[in-house]
Amino acid sequence: MADIHQFFQQLINGVALGGVYALIALGYTMVYGIIELINFAHGDVYTLGSFFSLSILGLIPLSHIASGPALGLIALVVILAAALLCGIVGVLVERLAYRRLRNAPRLAPLITAIGVSLILENIMQLWKGNSEVPFPQFLPDRWHIVGGVKFDDRAVLVVAVSVAFMIALNLFVFRTRLGKAMRATAQDRDAAQLMGININSTIAWTFFIGSALAGVAGFISGMYYGTTFFLNGYQAGLKAFTAAVLGGIGNITGAMLGGFLIGIVEAMTSQYISDQWTSVVVFSILILILVFRPSGLLGEQVPEKV
Amino acid sequence: MTDPVLSLHGVETFYGRIQALYKVSLEVREGEIVALIGGNGAGKTTTLRTISGLVKPAAGSVIFCGHSLTGVSPDAIVRLGVVHAPEGRRIFPRMTVLENLQLGAFARGDAAAIADDLQDVLALFPRLKERLAQKGGTLSGGEQQMLAIGRALMAKPKVLLLDEPSMGLSPIFVDTIFEVIADINKRGVPILLIEQNARKALQVASRCYVLETGSIVKEGPAAALLNDDAVRKAYLGED
Repeated sequence: MADIHQFFQQLINGVALGGVYALIALGYTMVYGIIELINFAHGDVYTLGSFFSLSILGLIPLSHIASGPALGLIALVVILAAALLCGIVGVLVERLAYRRLRNAPRLAPLITAIGVSLILENIMQLWKGNSEVPFPQFLPDRWHIVGGVKFDDRAVLVVAVSVAFMIALNLFVFRTRLGKAMRATAQDRDAAQLMGININSTIAWTFFIGSALAGVAGFISGMYYGTTFFLNGYQAGLKAFTAAVLGGIGNITGAMLGGFLIGIVEAMTSQYISDQWTSVVVFSILILILVFRPSGLLGEQVPEKV
Repeated sequence: MTDPVLSLHGVETFYGRIQALYKVSLEVREGEIVALIGGNGAGKTTTLRTISGLVKPAAGSVIFCGHSLTGVSPDAIVRLGVVHAPEGRRIFPRMTVLENLQLGAFARGDAAAIADDLQDVLALFPRLKERLAQKGGTLSGGEQQMLAIGRALMAKPKVLLLDEPSMGLSPIFVDTIFEVIADINKRGVPILLIEQNARKALQVASRCYVLETGSIVKEGPAAALLNDDAVRKAYLGED
């Protein structure tokens, strides 16, 4: 029985971790879908999200607020503020670094993205230093036991928040005018312009939304793990990128599915193989997909261009 | 004579260092269908892309109803009423026929009039009505062309630019498309038409320009060009 419990325990860990990856993967996949750029700076925007959250939490006298609903409200405010700030960073990066390279050879924006990533990492290193930074644990330490499997409020929060934002994103992309403009621009940029769509603002909004979701991921991973670090986004970004490729890059539902799958694979690997092997397993999956199914699980088009 | 709806004056357009258009001047007047014919690479598509703002001219001007379009963004040009159905149809493949048509009206805000226009377009192309829920990419070539023209009409054009509407279509579809073009024009929309099928184009058009390696080499009433020896030889396949 213990084995089964262990399995479900890791499944919960994997789903929580997967929620974080899925939120980051959405930004990769949306940006790739619309301008065919693998935005390597995206993982660092996720770390920025946790840093912004930390700074905002520092402004709030948490120890004086005891009640649950007020704390929940604080969590919501911090999430939205971190999302907004990360969204602005994403828009600035697109405007300053990528826009003028939109018609340049593909390698130019790709290398620029790596440069932006290094710049963001160095800024964050100067900002919060070279070591792990503790993330305040302001939610009550409440555990639930269901069928012998233990999990706390943080796991519930991570899963609930990531799923809620994914549902909202899906509604946005498929139901709203701007979402329609984004899909049209992704499918055929020239034709979209001929429909009267302003592609500059549409692309800027895509960066805003993708980066805002990374900001949300930054907050919830800070809450879940209780710590953050200026280089966190490097590995998390690569794993989320793997998730986006696994789901089929450019495909929003695929990014969500891929995120959860990668999270679960990572949790199971650490349980049944070894902690040290998680990256090996995840990146082996990346290589296997690129070789055998480059369009991913749900991909409609082969990402032949990068 | 009234001012033309659309006019180009000495337009020169480059792709990088390669010059595609040399001092192109032409005009489209109220009620006209103007044909632009010429061989591959003559600059026909570039002319339309310059008008709709997808490429910027290095010199010259494009004037639409008194507005200069030079330096105006493509989406703003659509809002003014200059609507371009591009070469190769450029349907959004992963959107339904209905979504494609709705995107045609993206720049408009008048929901009630859009709904009426949708009914008009579906009456014009009953085939599309049967396929409303189907993805654009799954339509046949002829259906895609209907969708491309229907989508352009959804923008409520004040002038319509059509790039090779008969390309790759079966002869029956070609006839249907040309009937529709004449019909749209009768409703009061002036049309600038590029066609590889020069004979058909000259039959439906009132005036015509001939483009060769980026320059206008001949212009005149369509009927006159239909009987012009050089045109017959070069573009109508006659000796």
